[in-house]
Amino acid sequence: MNYEAVIGLEVHVQIKTRSKMFSRVAAGYGHEPNTLTDPVVLALPGVLPVMNRAALDAAIKAGLMLGCEIAPVCKWDRKQYFYPDSPKNYQISQYDQPICLGGAVEIELPGPARNVMGEHRTIPLTRIHLEEDVGKLNHGAGESLIDFNRAGTPLMEIVSEPALRSAEEAFAYLTSLRALMVQGGISDCDMEKGQLRCDANISIRPVGERKLGTKVELKNLNSIAFVRDGIGHEIRRQIAVLERGGTIVQETRDYDGQTGASQSLRSKEMAHDYRYFPDPDLMPVKVDEAWKARLKAECPELPFDRQRRYQTQYQLPYTLTSVLIWDRPLAEFFEAAVAAAGPHKAQAVGNWIINDLLRELGQARIALAEVKVKPGAVAALVELVENGVVLTNAAKEIFVEMFATGDAPAAIAERRGLKVVPTDTDELEQWCRDAIAGNAKALAEFKAGKDSAINAFKGPVMKSAKGRADPKQVDATLRRLLADS
Amino acid sequence: MADAVCFQTIAVLADRLKAGELSAVELMQAVIARTRAVDPMVKAFNTCDEADALAQARASDARRAAGQARGLLDGIPVGLKDVIAVRDQPLTASSRMLADFISPYDATVTQRLKAAGAVLWGRLNLDEFAMGSSTENSAFGPTRNPWDLTRVPGGSSGGSAAALAAGAVTATLGSDTGGSIRQPAALCGVVGLKPSYGLVSRYGLVAYASSLDQIGPFARTVEDAAILLGAIAGHDPLDSTSFRTDIPDYRAVAGAAPRPWRIGIPKEYFGEGLDSEVAEAVQRAIAFYQSVGCEIHEVSLPHTSYCLDTYYIIATAEASSNLARYDGIRYGHRSRQADDIVGLYEKSRAEGFGAEVKRRIILGTYVLSSGYYDAYYLRAQKVRTLIRQDFLQAYGQVDALLTPTSPVPAFKLGEKSDPLAMYLCDIYTIGANLAGLPAISVPCGFTRAGLPVGLQLIGRPFQEADLLAIARSYEQAHDWHRRYPTIR
Repeated sequence: MNYEAVIGLEVHVQIKTRSKMFSRVAAGYGHEPNTLTDPVVLALPGVLPVMNRAALDAAIKAGLMLGCEIAPVCKWDRKQYFYPDSPKNYQISQYDQPICLGGAVEIELPGPARNVMGEHRTIPLTRIHLEEDVGKLNHGAGESLIDFNRAGTPLMEIVSEPALRSAEEAFAYLTSLRALMVQGGISDCDMEKGQLRCDANISIRPVGERKLGTKVELKNLNSIAFVRDGIGHEIRRQIAVLERGGTIVQETRDYDGQTGASQSLRSKEMAHDYRYFPDPDLMPVKVDEAWKARLKAECPELPFDRQRRYQTQYQLPYTLTSVLIWDRPLAEFFEAAVAAAGPHKAQAVGNWIINDLLRELGQARIALAEVKVKPGAVAALVELVENGVVLTNAAKEIFVEMFATGDAPAAIAERRGLKVVPTDTDELEQWCRDAIAGNAKALAEFKAGKDSAINAFKGPVMKSAKGRADPKQVDATLRRLLADS
Repeated sequence: MADAVCFQTIAVLADRLKAGELSAVELMQAVIARTRAVDPMVKAFNTCDEADALAQARASDARRAAGQARGLLDGIPVGLKDVIAVRDQPLTASSRMLADFISPYDATVTQRLKAAGAVLWGRLNLDEFAMGSSTENSAFGPTRNPWDLTRVPGGSSGGSAAALAAGAVTATLGSDTGGSIRQPAALCGVVGLKPSYGLVSRYGLVAYASSLDQIGPFARTVEDAAILLGAIAGHDPLDSTSFRTDIPDYRAVAGAAPRPWRIGIPKEYFGEGLDSEVAEAVQRAIAFYQSVGCEIHEVSLPHTSYCLDTYYIIATAEASSNLARYDGIRYGHRSRQADDIVGLYEKSRAEGFGAEVKRRIILGTYVLSSGYYDAYYLRAQKVRTLIRQDFLQAYGQVDALLTPTSPVPAFKLGEKSDPLAMYLCDIYTIGANLAGLPAISVPCGFTRAGLPVGLQLIGRPFQEADLLAIARSYEQAHDWHRRYPTIR
């Protein structure tokens, strides 16, 4: 029997703010344990929460980018359960009125080849709500220690509809979502630092069946690759259970990315009653149109929208757009260079960025923000090549030096003697004669009408010229001599 | 002489300190001597730090000598209920759970009192976590009523009321969730004010029921209460429920010439269960207001009979959540009997909390449970809105409502062993908490047995100035507040 999977993802994204969700103490990662705490974070007797508006801004911005409906009022609820990582033994969260409702994430599935665009799908969202993160337990031999540095960090929970059908779709969904959050400045989404965490609800059903199967929740998927592998593993596990004539148990399973296996954490019978109720310490906050408009203005263009624009505006090929759009600073660098070079040179600019700039960045292990090369310099280099001032090979050398020094390409070309020099006509003519004389086969082919045979003479000429001859001049001289011979 | 100083008002003491007739250290020494003499009988103090108080008094005298006195409260001993955080002092909530807890931070009201130069004196006893009406629920033993040591001082701020009535401090702060300032004020013969919800910051007040809790002053006179309120009121960025409003000079407005106020008498507050001597004292107060030209209107607050039920759903629901943090993990009592995490929670809380606290946590957990939320908590919130509307409607007709504070005068220790009987003590005070209104209890007489009786005035939201003025006009025509108990 053929089965299809039904997958919904719950993604937790830590919001990048200076201070915590409900207190003034700094938020951060990698500090000495329990240094990012204060009476509020530790839930000492008598303390009260005060909402961090920057975190609410970020959640609204995320919602606007994802096309969500923004709630007119931001309301807070207490989610109650006892656990040592939760200082108040309740978590301030949003229950019946999440800050964002609906919305969608556009995803691209893998294409038939790397250089061919894959199918796009739109995955609808259920909701996004804001809450506070919990602390971290460290279990040692005979003792458990708690680090509350993470406790109270602003956290968004982004819940998708059960609309994903495969591990690849889940992978594509997270790739899109992460890019949006990073490009919107909402989170750095570093999964190793726990800034993006994902739980998956997975069920399977026979193809054609409308009724949903029993769902299993998969937790601890702590890299995007593990999400794909873990979901793939779970789908295969469920199919195997059904094929054996077994039934799927509703449960929570823990996936271990290292071993590629999962094990049951708890079954549904232990489901919690969280006793949600509105937090009486926090007043609802009204979100008006002006507030939303201000944040809307800060939202960047979405990656796939950018891709469509590059395709229509610059006729850029997929091989270029599919690299540029996932990196907002890179795309902005590209656009600045195109603005300087002119739109008809967009592809040439794009090639320099994707090939040479990315290569140099990779070798230097630095971020784009730190590079010495400015977009205008890339435009100037393209200009030099197009105008025949330097040849492509020379330009590649120039780029490496531009990257290292930040100097203007024309200055480097001058300094390094890499400019095309108008060659002495007699000397060129002699090199051309030598080349023709040295390749009788090509001469015969050319005479027989095969025009491209002329290229066989150009290599030796260029070699004699040490690469600095003007290709147009070479071509013209060869044609004159060939016509005469 | 020492004892006379101990019963003087802030207003008088401030003048004497200013005139140099008295130093803050002398005042504090007198208060310490009085406390040592009476507290072994009254037991209003959980702890007191004599060295610290004297150091504060010396600092006050030094400021004054340097011409930098900070106003009326500079050098005045003020006691705090042991649910208000003071940096480096115990914060026990009269619970075993917090018996060894020292607060590393100041409540906002504490900071404001320190800024005003007050000398903070003593951690005052209460019903554990402010749950109760007699101060018998304290883990450290009950406080006694200075007027009759066999009787309770009321609660939950019984220590704040009794210490003041006993002359062991010049003024105090308490907290009022369902009457916990006004009822002990009435039973101890002092003034007690619960401000409008949101007027005084709750930051640093150990939470019982967040949407009802409010810190307020106990004082010998309405004028003193006005002085203290002025020092602690006003918006606080650390409390999201604190209200942005201008704070008038409460002392000045309370002292202004009397006006022909319109006073409402809610008929539902004079029914069954009201002690006849209390009723008589309150009727005489009504007659007084009539005699000075105030209009008296009978009004109706039709949802009054739902107040108690509504309160015990909302307050316990919030309490069950607010008290979840006392788990023995980060601070507070940790059981030595547990061998796993669930056991640690269960045993720490079983050992750390007293019976009434447990009762309310269980009740609150129940009313928030899945399947019961709509029937209890949500319904109670709707009734709460109706109760508030009752009051606001009455204020179309009148400036304030006048009622008894407590249906009965101080009762004997152990007399009300049935929780429901105890809950009925708050029947007249709960409405103001549910509606978020300011309310004050003012001494209005004594029973034939010599027990104080209190009169409650309930005002419009954030109109504390009017409320204090109305109360002050009564006080100026009476001398109940000049009587002091003989403690024996």
